Amino acid sequence: MTKKNLQRLYIGLIFFFLYAPIITLVILSFNDSRTRARWGGFTFRWYGSLFQSDEIMWALFNTLSIALLSAFFATLIGTIACVAIMRMKKTSRAVSIGITNIPMLNAEIVTGISLMLLFISLGLRFGYGTILLSHITFNIPYVILCIMPKMRQLNPSTYEAARDLGASPIYGFFKVVFPDLLPGIIAGFLMAFTMSLDDFIITHFTKGPGVHTLSTMIYSEVRKGIKPEMYALSTLIFASVLLLLLLINRLPAGEVKKNQHNL
Amino acid sequence: MKNKFYAKKLIVLLFALAFFAFLTAGCGGKDGPNGRVVVYNWGEYIDPDVLKMFEKETGIRVIYDEYETNEIMFPKIESGSSNYDVLCPSDYMIQKLLENDLLREINFANVPNAKEHIGAEYFERSLEFDPTGTYSVPYKWGTVGILYNEAMVSGPIDSWAVLWEEQYSDSILMQDSVRDAFMVALKLNGFSLNSMDENELLIARDALIAQKPLVQAYVIDQVRDKMIGGEAALGVIYSGEALYTRQENPDLAFVIPKEGTNVWIDSWVITKNAANPDNAETFINFMCRPDIALMNFEYITYSTPNDTARSMIEDPEIRYSEVAFPNLADFYGLETYRFLGAEGDELYNQLWKEIKSW
Amino acid sequence: MANLLRKKENNTFIIGSPYFIWVVIFIVVPLIMIFYYGLIDRNGNFTLENIAAIAQPVHLKALRLALWLGVIATVICLIIAYPLAYILSQTSINRYGFVVFLFILPMWMNFLLRTLAWQTLLEKTGVINNILVFLRLPPLNIINTPAAIVLGMVYNFLPFMVLPIYNSLLKIDPNIINAARDLGANSVKVLQKIIFPLSLPGVISGITMVFIPALTTFVISNLLGGSKILLIGNVIEEEFTHAGNWHLGSGLSIVLMLFIIVNMIISSIFDKTGEGNFL
Repeated sequence: MTKKNLQRLYIGLIFFFLYAPIITLVILSFNDSRTRARWGGFTFRWYGSLFQSDEIMWALFNTLSIALLSAFFATLIGTIACVAIMRMKKTSRAVSIGITNIPMLNAEIVTGISLMLLFISLGLRFGYGTILLSHITFNIPYVILCIMPKMRQLNPSTYEAARDLGASPIYGFFKVVFPDLLPGIIAGFLMAFTMSLDDFIITHFTKGPGVHTLSTMIYSEVRKGIKPEMYALSTLIFASVLLLLLLINRLPAGEVKKNQHNL
Repeated sequence: MKNKFYAKKLIVLLFALAFFAFLTAGCGGKDGPNGRVVVYNWGEYIDPDVLKMFEKETGIRVIYDEYETNEIMFPKIESGSSNYDVLCPSDYMIQKLLENDLLREINFANVPNAKEHIGAEYFERSLEFDPTGTYSVPYKWGTVGILYNEAMVSGPIDSWAVLWEEQYSDSILMQDSVRDAFMVALKLNGFSLNSMDENELLIARDALIAQKPLVQAYVIDQVRDKMIGGEAALGVIYSGEALYTRQENPDLAFVIPKEGTNVWIDSWVITKNAANPDNAETFINFMCRPDIALMNFEYITYSTPNDTARSMIEDPEIRYSEVAFPNLADFYGLETYRFLGAEGDELYNQLWKEIKSW
Repeated sequence: MANLLRKKENNTFIIGSPYFIWVVIFIVVPLIMIFYYGLIDRNGNFTLENIAAIAQPVHLKALRLALWLGVIATVICLIIAYPLAYILSQTSINRYGFVVFLFILPMWMNFLLRTLAWQTLLEKTGVINNILVFLRLPPLNIINTPAAIVLGMVYNFLPFMVLPIYNSLLKIDPNIINAARDLGANSVKVLQKIIFPLSLPGVISGITMVFIPALTTFVISNLLGGSKILLIGNVIEEEFTHAGNWHLGSGLSIVLMLFIIVNMIISSIFDKTGEGNFL
C-alpha cells in the first residue's frame, strides 16, 4: 500500500510540474490588468473582447485550418507511403524510411530554413500556402509512424482472397485493408493535428506578411507584452480538449483500450 | 462492431472539417475595391484605429506586419520573399536599403501632406541618409536614453556609466540590437557611434563584456513592461517610451546621458518591387494628415515630426514637453547612425556575437 | 497489380508516386539547398569556410554549451521519465491510458505560452519568489541562467521521453517476467536482466526525441535565458534573421546535421525495425 502511495505521490509531483505553468496561464486569463506583472483583480472581460478581436480570430482560424488541412493531406500521403513502403525490399525500405524521417529527426530550425530556401528559389509568395506545405511535410513521418505497425499486422491473404472473389484492387483495399488500418490512420491524423497546432519554429521561417498563426502571433507579442485575450483563448482551447478527453474516457473500456496503444 | 461504427463517424467528421477548412481557407485575402497595400512596420508603432479608418476612407485593404529591429527587416526585403510595399526603417537602414537598390522614389505630388505638415528641418536632417530627399518621409523621431526607477536608484542618473555600477547588478536591461548596444559603450568612452576604428570597437566590446554579468537581460520592446513591473532599475530605451511608461508607473524617469547619444528618424519608404506603389503613396499621405499623426502620437507617444499635429496637442505640458520634444541644441554629442557598409556590418556582428556568447 | 501488399518492386513507384514526389520536392531538394548555400561564399565560389567556421571560438562555445545543456536536460528527463513510465505501464493507476493522455494534454496549450508562463513563475518578482519570500525562504534566482534553460527543456520535452518508454514497456510480454520470477529471479534481477533491456529501444528513441530539439532550440534559450546565453540554435537563427549571412547559417546547419546523423545511426543500431518506438 505504501508503495502505491509513493507511486501516486511521484505521479502527482510530476503533474504539478507539468501543470503549474498552465494553471498560471489560466489565472492570468482572469487578471484585470494589461501587464502580467501585476494582479488587478478578477475579470471575465478578456473572454468577451477575445471574440471581438479580428486579429486573434483570424490567427485562430489559420491555426485550426492549417492543422486540419495539413493533418488531412499528411494522412493521405502517409497512407499511400505505407502501402508503397510495404511493397519494397529491405534496403530500399530502410532508405525510404530514413529519408521520410528526416523532418522528424532533423532540427526544426534546419527544416524551417531549408523549406524557406526552397520557397524563395521557387519564387513562391510566402503566406498561407507555404505554411500549409511545410506543415504537411513535417507531419508525414508522424503519420507513417502511426500506420506502419498496423500495416505490418495485416494478413495479405485476406486481401488476396477478396481479389480472388472478384473485388477490384480499390474496392478490395477499402473493404478489406482500410478497416484494419483505421485505428492507425486516426491516431496518425490526431498526432499530425497536434504537431501542427503546436509548431512555431517552422512556421516562423515559412510565413508571409499578414498571415499569423497563434504561435507566431504570440512570439511577436512576447516583445511588447502578451495580450490577455491570448491567455483567455488558450484557456478555452485547453478546457475544450480536456472536456473532449473526459467524454472519450467515458466510452466503453474496450474502445479506449484499443486507442491507447496508438497514442 | 460498435467500435467500427464510432471510427466511421469520426472519419466522416474529420473529412467534413478538412473540406470546410479547405473551402474557407482562401477567403482570408479579400482585397478592398481599390486593392491592397502591404505595410511592414515596427511593433506597436501605429494606432490600430488608424488602419481601420484608412481602409474605410480609401477602400484599400491594409495587410499589416511588424518587425522588432531594422536588422530583422532587412533580409526579408533583400530576399524578396514577401512583397511588402511600405516600410518604416530608421535612418541608417534607409541608407543601406538605398545602397542595395531596394527602394523606389516617392512621387511627392501624390503625398501633398508631407511637405505641408512635416517640419522642413526633418527633411533637411534626412538628407544625411537620403541624399536626394526623394525616397523617405519622416514618421517619428527621437533619441536613446536611460529609463530609471526613482525608487530603486540612488544618486543622480546622468551618465551611461551607471550601467556599469556594481550596485545595480541584475537590475540593468540592455537593448538586444547590435547598433544600440555598441552605441552605449562607444559613447561612454567618448567615441563616435559610427566608429569603424578597430581599437575603439575592441574597447567598446570589452566594456560590454565587462558589463554583461550586471545585465539582467538583453531585450527590445520588453524593456517597457519589465520597467513598469519593477523588474529592473535601469533600462536603455527609446525616448518615445518615456511618456507612456511614466503614465503607467510614476516612479519612472527618462534621461539623455551627458556623453551624448543617438538621435534617429524613422521614415516611410516604398520598396523597389512594390506591387502597389500608388496605394503605398496614398498610405504615406494619410499618415501625414495632422489628425492621423496626432492619433498616432497619442497612441504610441513617440515624437512626431508633424508640426501641425504637434500644435494640435491639447495638453500644453505635453506640447512643450522636454521629454517628447527635446531641443536638440541643448545636448552634447548627438549623432545619427550611418550605414557602415557590408564590412562594418560584419565587424559589428562578429563583435556582438563575441559579447553574447561570453 | 495482383497484390497490393506483397513485396514487389515494379509497381511500387506508381502506387507510391504522390509520396515519392513529395519527399523529393520538400525533403530532399531543401536539404540540397542548405548544402548549396553552405558550400559557397557571397560571390558564389565554392568554399569550406562556412563549415570550418564552427571552429571559431564563438561558435565552438555556443555548440559546446548547447551540447552540454542538451545532455543535462536529456539525463534529467530520463531519470524522471523511466520510473514514471514504469508506474504508468502497471495498469492499476493508469486506467484506460487516461493518465497517459494527461501527458499529451499540455501540448494543446501553446508551447510559447507555456514557456512564457515559466518566466512569470521564475522572475525576480515572480510567483515562486513571492511564495518563497512569504515563507521567509531565500529567493530563487535562476531566471536568465543556464539552469532556467535546462528547466524549460525538461518541461517541454519530458512527454517525448515518457511516451516511447511507456510504449516499449507495454510491449513486454508479462509471461517473460513471470517465467523469470518462477526461475528464482528477484525484482532487481528482473528489472536489470529483462525489463530494462527490453525497453531499451524506447529509451533510445526517447533520448533522440529529447536531445535533438534540446540541442537545436533557440526559443527556450531566448525566453528563459534573457538573450544572454547563446546556443548554437541562436547563432544559426541570428545569422538568418538579423545578421543576414545565410551562407554561414547554412554552413553551421550542416555541422548540426552531422550530430543528428550520428544520433540516427546510434538509434538505428538499437531499433531493428527501423520504425522508431515513439508510438
